[in-house]
Amino acid sequence: MKQPFTVQAPTLKSSQVPPAMNLRDLRLSLRRPRTFFSALMTGLTMVLVLLAIVPLFSVLFRLFYRGVQSFGWTFFTDKAPYALQATGGGIGNAILGSVVMVLIASIISVPTGIIAAVFLAEIAPETRLAAAVRFCAKLLTGLPSIIAGVFVFGILVLTFGTFSAWAGGVALSLLMLPMVMLTSEEALKMVPPPMREAAYGIGCTRAQVIWRILLPTAMPGILTGIMLSLARAAGETAPLLFTAQYAPQSWVWEGRLRLDKPTQSLAVFIYENAGSAYPNLDQMAWGGALVLVLLVLCLNLSGQIVSWRTGRHMR
Amino acid sequence: MPRLDAPRPAELPAVERIARVPTNWDYFFDRGLRVFTYAVAGSSIALVIVILYTVFRDAWPSLRTDGLSLMTKSNWDPNQGHFGLLPAIVGTLVSSLLALFIATVLGLAIAIVLTQDLLPHQLAVILKNIVDLLAAIPSVVYGLWGLAVITPLLRPIAESLNAHLGWIPILSTPLGVGGLAPAALVLAIMILPTIAAISRDALAAVHPRIKEAALGLGATRWETILGVIMPTASGGIIGAMILGFGRALGETMALAMLMGNRNDLSWSIFAPGNTLAALIANNYKEAGSEMIPRLIYAALILLLITLVVNIAGTLVLQRTAMKLVGGKRL
Repeated sequence: MKQPFTVQAPTLKSSQVPPAMNLRDLRLSLRRPRTFFSALMTGLTMVLVLLAIVPLFSVLFRLFYRGVQSFGWTFFTDKAPYALQATGGGIGNAILGSVVMVLIASIISVPTGIIAAVFLAEIAPETRLAAAVRFCAKLLTGLPSIIAGVFVFGILVLTFGTFSAWAGGVALSLLMLPMVMLTSEEALKMVPPPMREAAYGIGCTRAQVIWRILLPTAMPGILTGIMLSLARAAGETAPLLFTAQYAPQSWVWEGRLRLDKPTQSLAVFIYENAGSAYPNLDQMAWGGALVLVLLVLCLNLSGQIVSWRTGRHMR
Repeated sequence: MPRLDAPRPAELPAVERIARVPTNWDYFFDRGLRVFTYAVAGSSIALVIVILYTVFRDAWPSLRTDGLSLMTKSNWDPNQGHFGLLPAIVGTLVSSLLALFIATVLGLAIAIVLTQDLLPHQLAVILKNIVDLLAAIPSVVYGLWGLAVITPLLRPIAESLNAHLGWIPILSTPLGVGGLAPAALVLAIMILPTIAAISRDALAAVHPRIKEAALGLGATRWETILGVIMPTASGGIIGAMILGFGRALGETMALAMLMGNRNDLSWSIFAPGNTLAALIANNYKEAGSEMIPRLIYAALILLLITLVVNIAGTLVLQRTAMKLVGGKRL
């Protein structure tokens, strides 16, 4: 049997007893170099953090300050003004073009992304193919957006011989796809395993589990991902330059939907008119930027709300 | 053991309806869905290959006639048939490195504040949302803001620096309409959320016991952060920097608006320059059949550089994650 381990209290003579610790030494004193360094670093970090968030407020302030001046009825309904047109004009056709192209992009990328996510999360999560697909999706997330435009220029614009809303939508879908895919995979993985196991236990086929259990349960998370990727697609400019091009006077809707010609978009409109020598156009760029940012922030916010509500519900 | 499809007692009609044997249609749907998901998932791999192939194919006319020399020539004069890409390549790398440096300092500060209890919880949540909002603002809006705010703000500073310290090569020109410095500054703000988010995850993944052990030994808060937590999270932080660098390389619109669109090589950080992506964006409307293959050549170089950088970043993060999940080192 082992001896229980005991600690023998050392017996000390009164001369050996260390003097009682001075509690003041434990207080943070800036005179000590170590605590001074710590306080200094804390201060420095706070200053850096403040510096980092100043730009956001500067951007928002500038946008509201300059942008609101454009707002008016015709601003939202008219097409872009001509260069020498001193007043009037609007971003109606740009908003419509952006919306149509983002819709095309989501029609392509949302189903594809969700199905690929189902593959990654449920059909073959641990296989090499899944690892490769995940890796490619991450690479696609880092794909420079202008490359998406150049690629679609090569496969669609050169083939059909014209810039078009189709091509713009396809280019945007390339940027949405990996985001939808990776966020949906995360959402599907969050579904509590007992739910799936119960479904398999009563003899559901995989398709039934996916269709009846996984997708409905993960839907809020998937929606959040879709919202965030929509917000990104709406703000993208570079992929549209080579695909939808710049068409200040054209409308997507001419009695019927025209998707086969150069299309105006909000982002390209801002790019083309930013810092323009014509005050009317410059002003319009600010108004357009404010509309774009409000749109993007709304999409982001609704995504956040959806995920926040599910977070609470899952807990 | 009764077979599943054996006739059931008549008193259990409900069970009969719910727990039925999968029909042929169920089998077909199941098989079909599986095959379909394989096809869709596989096509995302195919997509990467097709993108590479298409860009290469469209750049081929220029690759064949100009060869690799386009990358080392520095004069860009489309009217004379000169399409040197060296200034754009250098501009891409220099602007991204400058931005990476600034964004790493700021991003690490944010990551530390968010993970090391330097702020009350509510404030930390607000800060995290603010940083996420920075990521949500479109590139073109940053460009517009940079033109209206950052460039005018930097101009007097650049002028006085140039007047007093103009003999230093990096300050040898004043700031014109656009230049490297404002572009890099705005670019830094744009990649800041990427770096902050990934390095925050890396810092948060450090096991609390490591931190507690260091504090228990009597280390101050910052001795713990700098000496223990950051070295432990270094893999994730390096991954964050690499991915942020990749993001900066491919960023287009803000740079197209702020860099000044001049294909010259200069030592000065205030001189106008160009990047590969901005070069493509600035010439998209005027590009003729001569120029388009050259622009796609530029796109190909950009694609290859970002692919290499992103592959490196993803691999670093994957290896770090494996180490942390394995948990054997803790």
